[in-house]
Amino acid sequence: MQKKFKMEVDCANCAAKIEEAARKIPGVNSLTVSFMTQKMVVDADDGRFDEIMKEIVKVCKKVEPDCEVFL
Amino acid sequence: MTKKQKRVLYRILIAGALLLVQALVPDQIFLGERWVLDFTGEWVAPADWVSTGYTLYLDTLTPFLLYMAAYLIIGYDVLRKAVLGIVHGEIFDENFLMAVATVGAILLGSYGESVEVMLFYQIGELFQSVAVGKSRRSITELMDIRPDYANIEVAGQLKQVDPDEVAVEQIIVIRPGERVPLDGVVVEGASALNTSALTGESLPREVAAGDEVVSGCVNTSGLLRVRVTKPFGESTVSKILDLVENSSLKKAKAENFITKFARYYTPAVCIGAALLAVIPPLVLGGGWAVWVRRALTFLVISCPCALVISIPLSFFGGIGGASRSGILVKGGNYLEALSAARTVVFDKTGTLTQGVFAVAETCPAEGIHAEALLETAALAECYSSHPISLSLRQAAGIEGDGGRVSGVEEIAGHGVTAAVDGRRVAVGNARLMTAQGVDFVPNDHPGTVVYAAIDGTFAGSILISDQLKATAAGAVRSLRSQGLRTVMLTGDNAKTAQAVGEALGLDEIHSELLPAGKVEQLERLLTSKPPRSTLAFVGDGINDAPVLSRADIGIAMGAMGSDAAIEAADIVLMDDDPAKIALAMSISRKCLRIVKENIIFALGVKAACLILGAAGIAGMQAAIFADVGVMVLAVLNAARTLRVPQNV
Repeated sequence: MQKKFKMEVDCANCAAKIEEAARKIPGVNSLTVSFMTQKMVVDADDGRFDEIMKEIVKVCKKVEPDCEVFL
Repeated sequence: MTKKQKRVLYRILIAGALLLVQALVPDQIFLGERWVLDFTGEWVAPADWVSTGYTLYLDTLTPFLLYMAAYLIIGYDVLRKAVLGIVHGEIFDENFLMAVATVGAILLGSYGESVEVMLFYQIGELFQSVAVGKSRRSITELMDIRPDYANIEVAGQLKQVDPDEVAVEQIIVIRPGERVPLDGVVVEGASALNTSALTGESLPREVAAGDEVVSGCVNTSGLLRVRVTKPFGESTVSKILDLVENSSLKKAKAENFITKFARYYTPAVCIGAALLAVIPPLVLGGGWAVWVRRALTFLVISCPCALVISIPLSFFGGIGGASRSGILVKGGNYLEALSAARTVVFDKTGTLTQGVFAVAETCPAEGIHAEALLETAALAECYSSHPISLSLRQAAGIEGDGGRVSGVEEIAGHGVTAAVDGRRVAVGNARLMTAQGVDFVPNDHPGTVVYAAIDGTFAGSILISDQLKATAAGAVRSLRSQGLRTVMLTGDNAKTAQAVGEALGLDEIHSELLPAGKVEQLERLLTSKPPRSTLAFVGDGINDAPVLSRADIGIAMGAMGSDAAIEAADIVLMDDDPAKIALAMSISRKCLRIVKENIIFALGVKAACLILGAAGIAGMQAAIFADVGVMVLAVLNAARTLRVPQNV
């Protein structure tokens, strides 16, 4: 399942780092963060999607404490 | 400015004010002959100043407190993030670097330097966030063709609803000045539509009942009633918005290079800083403070932000500017690939030519009127649905037979015979003439030739050909002057292809190709193209999907309302103007030039700062100033991509 989320991320480098870190989460098939449109597109396993999303948000916060993902 | 940015601005102002106070206010305030208020809040008698050692105390503590207050106000979030980063194992981020550099400066006793560096850094960050936010907004506004509402009629009253809520087959009303919210067919009314938001073309398009209208256009003159044919999610406007928005997710090589580079650059500079702090004092002996300070300067320069920010911004701007001209690019990678194109392969029909057959010339035999020839041929063909028959009827202005035609017989691969006004007429190709035993004058002009015979006597020939697009020759010329090889592939016969090729000045022509042959030719061209260059294929996206996807860059034209073309291609031209190909090329080149400028400029300044910093010529303030300055200039430079070059 693929879904798009709005997010708030302050710097382009952080966006790249978030992308890299979140891609490593098990269950995430593909993930892209666009700093320009402030959006994240997540493709993850259907069954555990919500669970994986929670994990993604946690990782985002870890990499960049100021970032915000609007679920 | 957002709330966050405002807060940073206030902090910058307060910290700046504190620095100013520190510079202006004397360390002691003289309150009279006997007493002085020092900043520890104690009254000190002048007589005790020197004896208690207060002067020394006052001179150091007061500025220290002011500096620390300013430092914490301006830098507390950086410190917090640095600590969090270490806790989470994310060292080497910019917060960590700034924290180490400034705390290091404080430990060396350079309070002022430390605060100034932090202040510059925050000003730079603020400027970047405002500038980027602004360009982002202006780009998205530029592309904002999203309709806000649709009008539906409820009990004779117009009601505004969300376009999302309108169902297929419902009738919507579009008043002059309003945007067409959904794709549909006009059922009532006539108007001129401004399609410039979609195609960049300012010439209005006339529509009347029965015509299709595409969402995103603006109704300029009359009231239209439109039957909706697609739900909002599938409408042209949604597709375009989706495409442009997703384009920033497909990253160009240059973008990936920069993120990768940043991953190594920062640690490398940090290690360099550590070595710079330790090795020279050990080798040269002594002078630790000097070298530690120089090392701290290194840390300040090690933030890769100017690079990381300006590259995606450049691509985003380029894609935004292109979409404004009716050129949709599906990703930064395609823009990048297009700029490296050295070969452009065209499909003929519908791409360079209009794809519509029209009568180009009538050559009547002696004693026959051109109009009579055309009319007779058109009447004989009036029951056929072949495109050639259609063009004959169009040229003659005939609809229906008016009871003049009877006994129509179609001979497959040859033509038709019929009785027109009681006379025996044969209309078809040369084979038909031969079969009928007609002595005819062959017409060897390029195109499709229709011969006609009346009562067994040759009446003349009619040349039907596909018309070249008005801008095709200019487009090919412009591409060739940019140094591109132009190739045309067509399924049409050699003679026609030759004529088109000569008229347009194409470098290479391959004719009489079946769809599989087109792919084969493309493969051959792909292997023979210059190294490290790319090949673009331009087609109308209708029957050339395999070739479109096989080429390095597939460009589909005339996509307004055609889903197939939007799906298959990497770059989509909303209208079918071949001149847009040259425009797309120059947009991509300009964009890539700006990207390269930014990479070279930012890296150059960083390298210069590293060298000057290591030599002790540039201090920390100079370093951060250069860093922020580069970033600002890079962002401003990136914003130039939005402007589409006018002269192609």
